[in-house]
Amino acid sequence: MDVTLMLWIDAALTLMILSFLYRDNPFYKFAEHLFVGVSAAYLMAVGFWDHLVPNLLGKLFPSLMSGVVPGAVGRSPDYYYLIPAIFGLLLLTRLIDRWAWLSRWALAFIVGGAAGFNLPRFLDSDFIIQVQSTMIPLVVLDASGNLLWGASFSHVVLVLGVICGLVYFFFSVEHKGVLGHVSRAGIWVLMVTFGAAFGYTVMARISLLTGRMEALGAWLGSIF
Amino acid sequence: MRIPDTILQIDRRIIFLLIGAAVCIPLLLKPRFQDSPTPIVQSIFDTVERLPAGSRVFLSFDYGPDTAPELDPMAKALVRHTMTRGHEVSFFTLFPEGVGQIKKITDNLLPVEFPDKAYGRDYVNLGYKAGLGGAINTMVVNFRTLVNADAEGTPLDDLPITADVDEMVDYVIILSLTAGDPGLKEWIQFAGDIAGIPVMGGGTAVVAPELYPYYPQQLVGLMGGLKGASEYESALVDRYPAYRNATMEATMRMGPQVVTHVLIVLLVLLGNLAYFLGRSGPGNRAGRTGQGNRAG
Amino acid sequence: MRRRIPLIITFIIGVVLITGYFVTRGPFNTLYESFSDYFAIITVFAFILGGGSLLKIHLKRVSSRATDWPYSMVTLVAFLVTLVIGLFKVGNPGGMGGEILASGSWLRFMFDGVYNPLSATMFSLLAFFVASASYRAFRARTKEATILLSAALVILLGRTPVGAWLTAWMPESLAFLELPNLANWIMAWPNTAGQRAIMIGIALGVIATSLRIILGIERNYLGRGE
Repeated sequence: MDVTLMLWIDAALTLMILSFLYRDNPFYKFAEHLFVGVSAAYLMAVGFWDHLVPNLLGKLFPSLMSGVVPGAVGRSPDYYYLIPAIFGLLLLTRLIDRWAWLSRWALAFIVGGAAGFNLPRFLDSDFIIQVQSTMIPLVVLDASGNLLWGASFSHVVLVLGVICGLVYFFFSVEHKGVLGHVSRAGIWVLMVTFGAAFGYTVMARISLLTGRMEALGAWLGSIF
Repeated sequence: MRIPDTILQIDRRIIFLLIGAAVCIPLLLKPRFQDSPTPIVQSIFDTVERLPAGSRVFLSFDYGPDTAPELDPMAKALVRHTMTRGHEVSFFTLFPEGVGQIKKITDNLLPVEFPDKAYGRDYVNLGYKAGLGGAINTMVVNFRTLVNADAEGTPLDDLPITADVDEMVDYVIILSLTAGDPGLKEWIQFAGDIAGIPVMGGGTAVVAPELYPYYPQQLVGLMGGLKGASEYESALVDRYPAYRNATMEATMRMGPQVVTHVLIVLLVLLGNLAYFLGRSGPGNRAGRTGQGNRAG
Repeated sequence: MRRRIPLIITFIIGVVLITGYFVTRGPFNTLYESFSDYFAIITVFAFILGGGSLLKIHLKRVSSRATDWPYSMVTLVAFLVTLVIGLFKVGNPGGMGGEILASGSWLRFMFDGVYNPLSATMFSLLAFFVASASYRAFRARTKEATILLSAALVILLGRTPVGAWLTAWMPESLAFLELPNLANWIMAWPNTAGQRAIMIGIALGVIATSLRIILGIERNYLGRGE
């Protein structure tokens, strides 16, 4: 495809979306609806060719698929793959009101799968190892036994920060007295966390805008 | 109308124009800022650097065009580094849009900067697989069940780079460039912590703060947003001066980043100044009672 | 049958996947491997379902001449054209056996020329709104808000060279207060503490919810009625 034409299409679509900054308008609406249509079809096409064809159709119908899945040549069909094929088709019954209840079976597979995957992994990676990583010495000494004030302070901030943050999330007991103070400290830790997250979010958004402005710059550069 | 009120009620489009100018002017002037890697970024660089040449590296492009300005520079820096070190890289993605991001590297960067590197021998595109964390789980349990061919459909056995890859643990390191779910978090949960493969990579600045708790026990290193990418680029240029003249996108994009950050800080300070002046102004009852919010 | 069977499926899948995590041999492991693979395949059908729903909704809007229906036509045409191009690999130099986004294919053009600018610009709009919102709503009204604001300002300045310039005058003994060092410290310690507290909280929530789902106590995902 001609590079100049690509630049013009790129710039036109970019400006259509940016026009929303002034106010909602037909150009923006056009681009927005175009985006929805193209992205949904793109996801379907890539999902179909990169996953369904080699991982399902190529296994169920190897001889039929041998033209597009070279690895399927000479393979015999694996009928166990009828199971995901049936569940997948059941999911699509959602589109037909009369049979929509059947999609619950497929949904049950997905939800059960997600629950089964998540339980041990969150328990291991996001709970046990996190607790383990928080169990660090509060007093840090160097090789000669001298107190490292900076490192010790940081460790104290981490350990107390996690404890106070968790106390804030513990709603089974009323946050009064000592617990109230600890919980309040937890809020402060979380505020620092959210502040940092906000700063990073600004950084992210500006980066994206920079990318777009560079694209517009390339288009303008092709004109002048 | 009093001055604080006037300041607070500036048309949002004026702020939009200021932001636009803060991004565009540095892009035109192209200021260069020296950066130096922080330990969390240096750690990735050192790991890639220490691996013996020919090590098998798994690089997952878990992002799409919406976050490409942040993550593309990381991808390019990592590809340049791994290729310069002579590692064998397998590209992969858990995002359908990631297919296009991989193609940018295999079609545009590699043939131009590394013409001696061959597809199938030095790098391979394993394409996209659905299933979020479940896909990673399948790869860890039985790699070939999920990935039995490259993106072109060529069986793994027919490609020198993947002929010996039977399990996920045949890769010495997993790198992921993350825009959200699935991404580094899932690679840690489903591969790093289970199979013991070291995981590292980069994330958009939105995702990065959430990944800090994994460092350094579960995550070898992390590039956070454009700044992280810029740090990696500076480490690369320091170690390999041949890259001094290469286009380092993140370093170039730090110009707009600096100006807009300063602008936003000034806007926040101005907004607060006007808010407090308005609150303490004569006759501002609402302000005195703490309800003078004109934020809108 | 409409509710009981899904509950049984959820239970079986959940139990097999949890057991397979701990038991790495025998029939449980075989089932674990298979279910994990099937799970990935079924999720692809969700894309098809998404496309089908989009088609259904917009066809309805066009047929009933709902407000802005011409835009629904845009979505429909864009969807169908891209789908045909993608599924039949129109213009793909490798034909039906070629790589989906092969250089020169029409889908590659749709991705690079249409999807890429639309997707990237849509998200870049947030830069303007985040700036405007910061100006209008980011106020140091309370102690907590002041902490949040201070942390944000330190990060914003500390992650750019401006932070280094602003605090370059500080003596060596106070180097830890230089904005870049302070920003790095906030990220490494208080941010990690806060994020870890949130992470542990979420983990406990996920564990409890997963158990409730597998045991059939949590049934909201099945919707209402029979």
